[in-house]
Amino acid sequence: MTRANWEVVIGLETHAQLSTQSKIFSGASVAFGAEPNTQACAVDLGLPGVLPVPNHAAVERAIRFGLAVGAHIAPVSIFARKNYFYPDLPKGYQISQMEIPVVQGGSLRIQTKAGEKIVNLTRAHLEEDAGKSLHEDFQGQSGIDLNRAGTPLLEIVTEPEMRSSEEAVAYARALHALVRWIEICDGNMQEGSFRCDANVSVRPVGQKEFGTRCEIKNLNSFRFLERAIEFEIKRQIELIEEGGQVVQETRLFDPDRDETRSMRSKEDAHDYRYFPDPDLPPLCISEEWIAEVASGMPELPEARRQRYMNELGLTEYDAGLLTATREAGEYFEALRGAAKGADAKLCANWVNGELSAAINRAGLELADAKVNPTQLAGLLVRLTDGTISGKIAKELFEIMWSEGGEADALIESRGLQQISDTGALEGVLKELIAKHPEQVEEYRGGKEKVFGFFVGQAMKATQGKANPAQLNTLLKALLLGG
Amino acid sequence: MNLSDLLNQGVTALSAALGRREVSAVEIATAYLDRIEQAQPELNAFITVDREHTLRDALTADSMRAASPTQSLAGIPIAQKDVFCAKGWRTTAGSHMLENFIAPYDSAVVQQLNKQGFVTLGRANMDEFAMGSSNENSYFGPVKNPWDLGRVPGGSSGGSAAAVAAGLAPAATGTDTGGSIRQPAAWCGISGIKPTYGRVSRFGMIAYASSLDQAGMFARSAQDLAILMDVISGHDPRDATSVDRKDSPCAKELDKDIRGLRVGIPKQWFGEGLSAGVKVVVESAIQELVMMGCECVEIDLPMSEQAIPAYYVIAPAEASSNLSRFDGVRFGHRAAQYKDLAELYERSRGEGFGPEVKRRILMGSYVLSHGYYDAYYLQAQRVRRLIANDFERAFTLCDVIAGPVAPTTAFPLGSFGADPVQMYLADLYTIPVNLAGLPALSIPAGFDAGMPVGLQLIGPWWQEARLLQTAHAFQTTTDWHTKRPALYSGLKP
Amino acid sequence: MRFTEEDVRRVARLSRLALEPKEIEGFQQDLSQILNLAQKLQAIDTTNVEPLAHPGSSSVFLRPDVVTETDQREAFQAVAPEVDRGLYLVPRVVE
Repeated sequence: MTRANWEVVIGLETHAQLSTQSKIFSGASVAFGAEPNTQACAVDLGLPGVLPVPNHAAVERAIRFGLAVGAHIAPVSIFARKNYFYPDLPKGYQISQMEIPVVQGGSLRIQTKAGEKIVNLTRAHLEEDAGKSLHEDFQGQSGIDLNRAGTPLLEIVTEPEMRSSEEAVAYARALHALVRWIEICDGNMQEGSFRCDANVSVRPVGQKEFGTRCEIKNLNSFRFLERAIEFEIKRQIELIEEGGQVVQETRLFDPDRDETRSMRSKEDAHDYRYFPDPDLPPLCISEEWIAEVASGMPELPEARRQRYMNELGLTEYDAGLLTATREAGEYFEALRGAAKGADAKLCANWVNGELSAAINRAGLELADAKVNPTQLAGLLVRLTDGTISGKIAKELFEIMWSEGGEADALIESRGLQQISDTGALEGVLKELIAKHPEQVEEYRGGKEKVFGFFVGQAMKATQGKANPAQLNTLLKALLLGG
Repeated sequence: MNLSDLLNQGVTALSAALGRREVSAVEIATAYLDRIEQAQPELNAFITVDREHTLRDALTADSMRAASPTQSLAGIPIAQKDVFCAKGWRTTAGSHMLENFIAPYDSAVVQQLNKQGFVTLGRANMDEFAMGSSNENSYFGPVKNPWDLGRVPGGSSGGSAAAVAAGLAPAATGTDTGGSIRQPAAWCGISGIKPTYGRVSRFGMIAYASSLDQAGMFARSAQDLAILMDVISGHDPRDATSVDRKDSPCAKELDKDIRGLRVGIPKQWFGEGLSAGVKVVVESAIQELVMMGCECVEIDLPMSEQAIPAYYVIAPAEASSNLSRFDGVRFGHRAAQYKDLAELYERSRGEGFGPEVKRRILMGSYVLSHGYYDAYYLQAQRVRRLIANDFERAFTLCDVIAGPVAPTTAFPLGSFGADPVQMYLADLYTIPVNLAGLPALSIPAGFDAGMPVGLQLIGPWWQEARLLQTAHAFQTTTDWHTKRPALYSGLKP
Repeated sequence: MRFTEEDVRRVARLSRLALEPKEIEGFQQDLSQILNLAQKLQAIDTTNVEPLAHPGSSSVFLRPDVVTETDQREAFQAVAPEVDRGLYLVPRVVE
């Protein structure tokens, strides 16, 4: 199989469960993990005579998403019925949006090894989730739990613009971070809050027409997404090179075998007989509502990243790290707010450096960091004003992490202040010089390295509290002075 | 007034008698139940009667009235078309599919009536899933016309109409999707109203065609209809198609003078399609309005002929989707034998639904299916807009529209056995109203060869009050609405 | 436009309706007739005419995001044909 002759075309459809309290068309709870069918009300069950009524908060979250990706938010969009029979679909149709979705267009920026790329979105629309089928424990039967039926989903569809599994995963990660950033979805992939379907096809390099695509459904981890796409690419290329044809079909990924398999079709001929739902008049979204939602939006990752680079002078790398998640940015903002006088770069270095290392070592999330922004701010203020040295600052951080406490109190109680007094430092240095005459001679003889020896000894003698800059100046003068 | 006469008077009189403590809710309910028992074997107006349940409710109503005397409607009995879910009542929609379905919740209409203390007398027979114009499509057997037992009462609310006409109930609920209140009202010689689409909540009303269905009422007079409309009207946050408006109550200005009212006469409705006998009655009814000071204006409804084609695309389409939920999984009929999921669905539905329902489901799936949607469904909805535009234009020239309800009077049972589609063509005067979403009513206007004829009045959107004023005025100078079928004048009490 | 027997079978399958052979023949005739009725619509020029899908409200009512429903599983499953441990049972769904 010669991969280089082939171009891969990937489009992703993501179902993000919107973080509302109640369902999209009923007042039942969406809380995860309830006993079967205890959160399926009459409307969710599709009992005779019930009717859907849309959830204001679900629409609001769709608007937020549209704003975050720079999409057009349709002033009027239509709910449509997608008709098919399946036990987890109580009404025999899913309420979705077909011709006129609530969000149209938009784009997301992704980073890969090759650099930056913009992935364009086709659309995003509101729809209801189906229930679940359980197969274990039921001989020859399946048990249907409709708790999930009616959970609000935003289906986000990209243009078929990704060209590798790497790009697809980068997009999925960026989208995942974004929906969490703007707080429309908790992104909990284990619980099924964020599910990706990948549409994969291949074509010979240079061919304009797309090849036949296959849809791989319900990939609920980034790893599975990558592996499934990789397998599918190989499968399709091999198939074509052996003279076969790719059949348009839906496939499932088997993580144990690391392969995709054809799914037995749910609905013959996929004739969904879409038509506008007569129970739901058009969804109207006014300019005022959009403006209201816009004014409540947090600073978006890209805007924040640019601001950090342009206004604060941070590097692209540092800015990128600080805007990878909303938590990182908020920690940084809180830190800067409390650390008056501390430089932005210093703050960035500490968040991306010491703090990041500490939470990784402890296996924690940033939200559970044992040093909060106020504490760290106290430390950085004292570092900046010279009360403590860089070396001591690191020690202080360790103390705060393991024992808690405020910077000033700890500096005081443990005597961590830098020694900057010339007299005191000179005293220490003179003693060392007297004690190590050979090294003095070596230094004067041109061996620069010996300088470090004296610095090290001076630090030892002062328990690391010597002001390094002062120390250097004085030491140099004393060594050369004679 | 003796009890027997009182039972024939209607809601207004009953309310007054109950208010004066001349009679109790229990006594009234018992009396009607006795009548129902006598009439049921022949008339078959009811699918379910539950004497204990009804008398319990009547007792509760008596207490309600005793506790708050301003509950002026408490204790009035009503027949419920078996399409409205009522908690604890078997709710069948006239179908084998729901033969044993005890509704676990109340529809909005039932809730509103219960809140005022109305007492359910029983569940009225109907065409299966409201599909039909003769009540011959019920799994529970056909309903007969109380004026002539060899004839149909009309449909789909045939049981409700027959019950009120025969004096088995002073009022009944109904639904009207293509004429299913107005036509049986006309054929049974009683008053019936279909409100503006969106005035009455559809929550809990088993759906046939969602954009056409509306709940409405049968009663013995326009005055009663006005009172009943006020009980069931209103925005319901559980029905996204129900409209939030503050209109004054229908009963408030019922006596308003109708002199000078412009009555539109659709020129397309008085041509070939209309039988001579019905035409004579309707025209003299209109003359009556003229004599009361109304002015007749000819109006043009050029899209009239398109109404039936549009309806028989749109209604089956919506029904085919609405009825998908009946699959034997969570409620309703489930086949006894099946080897896999496909057979569970196909057999449960094949066994549960009658032929007319299947016909419409098949038609509906067809017109929505890939390749046909634009040509049929979309085209029908566009034509529907044109039909509504016709009415909008007409109402710039007139205040109400008057015309026939049906081209003939009630036909004999079994007339369309071999050719069910022919029956569809008789809905030509009622269907356009549903397509446009307008309010309309039918009131008794006379007889043709001994069978009742109805006058249809159609109002602009949200003008139920004007419609009822016109009907009420007609009923103060005529007495057609007081006529009762001889066959049922001997019921005891 | 004819409604063929094949059409009947196809939409019967789409609608999950089991039909006997004589039903298929009967429906084929009825549906052909209804289709003829529907054909009349083709003669109408509807260029630039907006479909009328919702005759009442022109803007959907949105409900506040509040949990209003409680657990009524027992009541709702009282009308269910087959349940086990709170789950609705159907023949094995093969995926």
